[in-house]
Amino acid sequence: MKVRIDSERCQGHGRCYDLAPELFGEDDEGYGQVPGDGTVPPDEERTARLAVSNCPERAIEIL
Amino acid sequence: MTVDERFSRDLRETMKDRPLGVRNEIVTGPVSDWATDFSHTEPEWAADPYPIQDELRQRCPIARTERFGGGWLPTRYEDVAAVAYDTERFSSRAIIMSNFRPPREIAPIGGAPPISSDPPFHHHARKLLLPAFTKAAVARREAATRAFCHALIDAFEGRDVVDAAHDYAQHIPMRVIADMLGFPPEDGPRFREFVENALEGVNSPPEERVARMEKLFDYLYAQIRDHVDNPRDDLTTYLINVELGGHKLSPEHVAGTMGLLLIAGVDTTWSAIGASLWHLAKTPADRERLVAEPGLLPTAMEEFLRAYAPVTMARLVKEDMHWRGVDMRADDWVLLSFPAANRDPAQFDRADEVVIDREVNRHAAFGLGIHRCVGSHLARMELRVALEVWLERIPDFVLADPAAVTWSTGQVRGPRTLPVRIG
Ligand code: HEM
Ligand code: SF4
Repeated sequence: MKVRIDSERCQGHGRCYDLAPELFGEDDEGYGQVPGDGTVPPDEERTARLAVSNCPERAIEIL
Repeated sequence: MTVDERFSRDLRETMKDRPLGVRNEIVTGPVSDWATDFSHTEPEWAADPYPIQDELRQRCPIARTERFGGGWLPTRYEDVAAVAYDTERFSSRAIIMSNFRPPREIAPIGGAPPISSDPPFHHHARKLLLPAFTKAAVARREAATRAFCHALIDAFEGRDVVDAAHDYAQHIPMRVIADMLGFPPEDGPRFREFVENALEGVNSPPEERVARMEKLFDYLYAQIRDHVDNPRDDLTTYLINVELGGHKLSPEHVAGTMGLLLIAGVDTTWSAIGASLWHLAKTPADRERLVAEPGLLPTAMEEFLRAYAPVTMARLVKEDMHWRGVDMRADDWVLLSFPAANRDPAQFDRADEVVIDREVNRHAAFGLGIHRCVGSHLARMELRVALEVWLERIPDFVLADPAAVTWSTGQVRGPRTLPVRIG
């Protein structure tokens, strides 16, 4: 599993890096970022889905 | 002493040069039919807007009013989101639905950038603020905020009944924003007056509203001049010096943004803290569960933000158009109810219930799209710390008198009197 943020949609609500800090971070302006290539370790798959389902802008994709 | 010519002009002179807007007849009094005559300023709405919104969502779902010179109220999540995203057809040149429409010439900047701004200017005005409000930046204020919350509770010593809105919730955001802007902490009570003037009493005579606004701007200009003379490490000095496209900001922009931070930062967060405490005071099962499982608080807090979303915004329609079944005219208001969107059963399971362990929660309490609340990370930090400290210090509390609870009127909703029994 991989995650990706659509930067056109992301408005920096920060739900992703609140809920899944292992998978997402914030940039200098608070927009969500995916460090590395977005690969989700198996034990983080649940939190990845949690982040997806709480992003108000529906900006996170699971690939 | 530095001389910064930008701030030497009298504010009233500056205001005089402004183009005039349009005023309409002020209509108040009981609503005849919420679908055709809605008003967010009547006591019935203030006391409990949710059944009204729920009924409209099933019946209309876009309500109309001739009050405030004409406006609309979408109640479905889908429609609220569509308006928030469509900055081409809906302008933020006014965001408080009142009896005055500012002139079109003030777009795309508006009186309080970035909330009053439209693209393309909006992006630049917003970008200036973002770095100071990231999660990492606001985390640095957490320890001081926590200490302040403890001090407020220390002051309850010996009292059985306290007003959780007046003696606790309101002080927290006032202190935080005063620190960030570099205003004297003891000025807090004055902010309260400014905030109430801006957001409540939208039906008072326009002259009165203007006079009150002038008081706020007199205060802001005095603070600005003091910061020009004594620069320090705070947001006011930052706004005075920062450049946008190679130029420093106009005085109206500096003061407008400071006014926005003061007004948007205080009433909103105070309401969120108050509504959460109100819910816990009247729902012992949720209160006991959070005391036993403090780790659930961040999740519960999002649910309080969803169910009791404090902020409703407004837009002005740009051009006449047919929109989702209604005929909107240029300069009609749209009351953008994030609270109504947050209780749409098409978007949320058990939308009308407060489910403190709700896992999927795409609520819109902080807005959607380009105007997403700049202060959302700050507000979340304040709300979490305020609730953590309260529950740790006062795990057992109930409403002292449910009938004595009062709510603010207008576009920011939260308890203003909230007597709770703590002893
Ligand atoms: C629980 C507390 C808060 C809530 C519910 C809230 C809600 C909102 C909402 C719904 C918007 C969107 C406006 C729109 O679409 O027109 C907004 C914008 C804004 N808020 Fe907040 N807010 C809160 C706290 C704060 C705080 C603490 C600050 C800063 C000190 C703040 C500063 C702003 C600013 C600057 C904007 C304008 C953003 C823009 O237009 O780009 N807010 N807020
Ligand atoms: S939750 Fe969504 S909008 Fe918010 S930072 Fe993450 S991706 Fe962006």
